Amino acid sequence: MTTIAPEETAREAVFDATVAADERIEPRDWMPDAYRSSLVRQIAQHAHSEIIGMQPEANWITRAPSLRRKAILMAKVQDEAGHGLYLYSAAETLGAGRDELLDKLHSGRQKYSSIFNYPTLTWADVGAIGWLVDGAAITNQVPLCRCSYGPYARAMIRVCKEESFHQRQGYELLLTLSRGTDAQHAMAQDAVNRWWWPSLMMFGPPDDESAHSAQSMAWKIKRHSNDELRQRFVDICVPQAEALGLTLPDPDLRWNEERGHWDFGPIDWAEFREVLKGNGPCNEERIGRRRRAHEEGAWVREAAAAHAARKARNAARTAGTGEATR
Amino acid sequence: MTQRTATPALPLGDDALILSHRLGEWAGNAPVLEEEVALANIALDLLGQARVLLSLAGDEDELAYLREERQFRNLQLVEQPNGDFAHTIARQLYFSTYQELLYAHLATGDGELAPLAAKAVKEVAYHRDHAEQWTLRLGDGTDESHTRMQRALDALWRFTGELFEPVEGLDTVPWPALYDRWTARITAILERATLSVPEGPQRGAWTAGGGRQGLHTEPFGRLLAEMQHLHRSHPGATW
Repeated sequence: MTTIAPEETAREAVFDATVAADERIEPRDWMPDAYRSSLVRQIAQHAHSEIIGMQPEANWITRAPSLRRKAILMAKVQDEAGHGLYLYSAAETLGAGRDELLDKLHSGRQKYSSIFNYPTLTWADVGAIGWLVDGAAITNQVPLCRCSYGPYARAMIRVCKEESFHQRQGYELLLTLSRGTDAQHAMAQDAVNRWWWPSLMMFGPPDDESAHSAQSMAWKIKRHSNDELRQRFVDICVPQAEALGLTLPDPDLRWNEERGHWDFGPIDWAEFREVLKGNGPCNEERIGRRRRAHEEGAWVREAAAAHAARKARNAARTAGTGEATR
Repeated sequence: MTQRTATPALPLGDDALILSHRLGEWAGNAPVLEEEVALANIALDLLGQARVLLSLAGDEDELAYLREERQFRNLQLVEQPNGDFAHTIARQLYFSTYQELLYAHLATGDGELAPLAAKAVKEVAYHRDHAEQWTLRLGDGTDESHTRMQRALDALWRFTGELFEPVEGLDTVPWPALYDRWTARITAILERATLSVPEGPQRGAWTAGGGRQGLHTEPFGRLLAEMQHLHRSHPGATW
């Protein structure tokens, strides 16, 4: 007993020093259980958001109004599946397998970003998601490229590069609509009106109400507070909206000389909590479709596993025979 | 609009366009995440081919969005609904095996399709490999997957004779030889997968035919309705 305690303390000291020096924790390194579980929770939620996030955009693949836009949208949805793959792999390095995490998603024990519980009603929503939702995601994720956990930080570097590409494509889509016919302009404005507030909610509850923030910041999983990131996002979007020729649906939006930031109106946190609880417009649909795809695909996964096992047995038998004849 | 409806780029472009559209319907519905990536990748390759081919025939968007059902020249095979994963794989196996053989032939010629065919044949070789690997897994997987795969192969068999009807403008293609090679390949892979080559007719009785002349099956009208509605709702708009 007396020898374990100093060892534990020493390992913890190494961990703390690594984090303090802004170096990376790697899968083989010792880490506190709470650090591990906090990362698994965050990475899983992020991975789930990527795969659930495919749905609102996939909703428009078959209706994309030009072949160029169709190719861009398909590539984007494919990137999201790819992000899901890297992130589930990053979670695997912490001992959490993909099947286990998917079970938790399907049974509602793990969450995904609430933004994807809003519907994509028109083609302009594809642009609004790119500009605002991907824009907010990037604001959140760029600091994660310096996250203390190596595999997550490295996955985020790749994810952020692709996300910023998506964000520019979304902006360009909206710009084309805004400068197009009156009907197209109206479609773009309507989409921005519907996506603006939910995008601001993506940064999570205000700092004084955020359950996980303080510890995550101490561990350098997280680098900036929810409110700081939200303000950064608003400051970026206001001039971009102007360049787009679109307005943001907030009468309180004005430049604050003293703060050097844009002031914005109050966020409807009651709506946020309702959507989080499962009462958003598409919660049932999103998780229902995910479960259905998983259940309908079960026979395919079982077939692949059975085939792989048979091949492995045959290979072993062949190797065994070879051994015996030698 | 100026269109060259006689060019073989149109039927081949329509094949790629319509199959890409069907594969795009899988997004968010695939049985496993790796297949989300793979099916989207194949759909994107096909869409890329379609855009090059349709541009040889006219304006890609006018051709994709403003033609009526009877003006499309694609094979009836590619417009068939996705069905379960086995149906999609059977459709992929039949079509990509055909497309690889056809493009490999076109790539060796000096026609206007040769550069596209030379590039696309590499993509299509991957599509064919993907379909073969899944045919093996499903055929030689569980009882259920074997049954489903055989059912899918049987159901789509009557659409395969049409693949070898000569295409106007592709006069150098040795269609009967292509058919023999296709049959040999399909037979070999189905044998390895412990599946049977379907016994139904490929010609005569009710089998597919007429796609190249603009005759399609019922599901095709709904596919076009979905694909074209937004573009057609805003005449003259730029996207």
